[in-house]
Amino acid sequence: MLGTTVILALRAINRHKMRSFLTTLGIIIGVAAVVTMVTLGNGATAAVREQISSLGANVLQLRPGQGFGRGGGGPRPPDFKPQDLTAIENQLTGVRAVAPLVQSSGTGIYEGSNWSTTVYGTTAAYFEVQSWKADAGRLFMPDEEEAGKPVCIIGNTVRTNLFQGNDPVGKRMRIKGVSCQVIGVLATRGQGGFGDQDDVVVMPIKFVQRRFTGDRDISQIMIAVDDAYDTSAVQSSLEELMRERRKIKAGAEDNFNVFDTKQISDTLTGTTTILTQIVAAVAAISLLVGGIGIMNIMLVSVTERTREIGIRLAIGAVAREVLMQFLVEAIVLSCLGGVIGLFLALIASIAIAPLMQVPFIFDVKVNLIAFLFSAAIGVVFGYFPARRAAALNPIDALRHE
Amino acid sequence: MNNEARAGATGLNGMTPDRTAAPIISLRGITKVFGSGPTAFQALKGIDLDIRPGDFVAVMGPSGSGKSTTMNILGCLDVPTAGEFLFKGRHVETLDRDQRALLRRRYLGFVFQGFNLLARTNALENVELPLLYRGEDKKMRYEAGMAALDKVGLKEWWDHTPAELSGGQQQRVAIARAIVTQPAVLLADEPTGNLDSERSVEIMELLTDLNRNSGITVIMVTHEPDMAAFAHTIVHFKDGLVERIQEGEAG
Repeated sequence: MLGTTVILALRAINRHKMRSFLTTLGIIIGVAAVVTMVTLGNGATAAVREQISSLGANVLQLRPGQGFGRGGGGPRPPDFKPQDLTAIENQLTGVRAVAPLVQSSGTGIYEGSNWSTTVYGTTAAYFEVQSWKADAGRLFMPDEEEAGKPVCIIGNTVRTNLFQGNDPVGKRMRIKGVSCQVIGVLATRGQGGFGDQDDVVVMPIKFVQRRFTGDRDISQIMIAVDDAYDTSAVQSSLEELMRERRKIKAGAEDNFNVFDTKQISDTLTGTTTILTQIVAAVAAISLLVGGIGIMNIMLVSVTERTREIGIRLAIGAVAREVLMQFLVEAIVLSCLGGVIGLFLALIASIAIAPLMQVPFIFDVKVNLIAFLFSAAIGVVFGYFPARRAAALNPIDALRHE
Repeated sequence: MNNEARAGATGLNGMTPDRTAAPIISLRGITKVFGSGPTAFQALKGIDLDIRPGDFVAVMGPSGSGKSTTMNILGCLDVPTAGEFLFKGRHVETLDRDQRALLRRRYLGFVFQGFNLLARTNALENVELPLLYRGEDKKMRYEAGMAALDKVGLKEWWDHTPAELSGGQQQRVAIARAIVTQPAVLLADEPTGNLDSERSVEIMELLTDLNRNSGITVIMVTHEPDMAAFAHTIVHFKDGLVERIQEGEAG
């Protein structure tokens, strides 16, 4: 019997191609909108997660002060000392690598070109903490670090702007008026959450302290936690150690803060996920409207086809068969709309993802759910018109003009 | 769903051939009241009628005489308010909606004044429709459908839609649809009402042929004495009652 109803439904759809298309249009647009939004949203989430993880996985960032801002008045909390670094290295368990960081901005010059950039003073440990490798050349040698030699490793943006495609390794450039030798070029990382990550010149910390900042203070310490250890436990020990070293009395607030990159990552991906859900919910409303569209047209169709229903009933169709025919029609239409919608979503996602600079991620689960949802819409919104058709009295239906 | 089993459950098949002389349809004291209370209208006031298998019956009478109501009851499209309706010796008045649908599917064929073909559907698909509900396979549907179209002389027109056929041709397709299931009874409600006299005669000749050569009992409502003259029995209705029954050899 199901075979019969499917044949009847397909014939009816085929007889009214234009009407069938208009009926499904709502579902097509609804499914396409939901799936495209969710797919792009997932891509955006993945992009954010990747950018954050480029800061280094399981990395703790130790800064003076509270939070991002300076926070209120009062004296500026002191920077860290080289002894703090040594203490962290020696006294804290579960630490894979520790890197100090001082920053300074300045202009790099090579032959006729100049480029304003950020100078990082750090050690080779920085690249380990950041899981950042050199594309060309090499990283710092221990003796270069120790002596604070005028060597630098440049980011790709700096290379492009100063060296215009020439190989910079071994060349001498000037940075903030000081001559230094380029020993390496870092791998490209692209736009991060905090601007262009490749717009950077990295030098030994001792050189930066001696020539640019003028003291031995360290403005930031990055700590990579060993995978075998719990990051939050290491964070607690670190906080305890720093309170002790900075002589903070019990009950007083910290004058430093520790950032867990994983925490930032979770917060940011959480935000994008929520945004995706909101946009998807808005798109889902259009799917609902599509379902109502199907019901609308099916109801009109029942009225328009009253005589046809009368013929079928007179010929010997039982009520259930008429109900099934209209129900199957609605389901076939909505499923068809679902498939077309998924196809459009696929095309749209592939086309839009590069424009938004997010990866295209095909999520089978999302597509499957959207399809099943469109089928469910067919059942729900098809049932009422179908029941109305099945309940018609054959005599009245045959008389209908 | 096994439709044969459903029809069997109504107890309407399994008739023995030696009882063919008994009426195929028997109405006893059939009344029909539409509405209720002071606005109630009694359309049928006690109809007694026997129709023997193989008969060609014309039902005549002025409008409002109850002939259409009787046809609806005979066609199992409507139920009487009171009285007995025996089809092949079985009570129809007690059957529910679906059981009556299965009875129509198995034993009855309908031809309407307005042809009532499915629009945008070719002749063959229209004729095949009752077979679809019977659950017949594609090959059987095609063969039986083409055979029925051949019988009404429209084999060559199988792929034309109603819009591409003349009125007479449409009614032939409708007759093919009615006989494709080899029904016991063909009910025709003013089958020539929308046709000119030449086409009307053609349709009547076709019905006569089906009655004589295929053994189908034909019950036809008509206003025109010329058409009624093709029948063997003429039943005259008046004011919700059978006025008189005229029997004779069909012209």
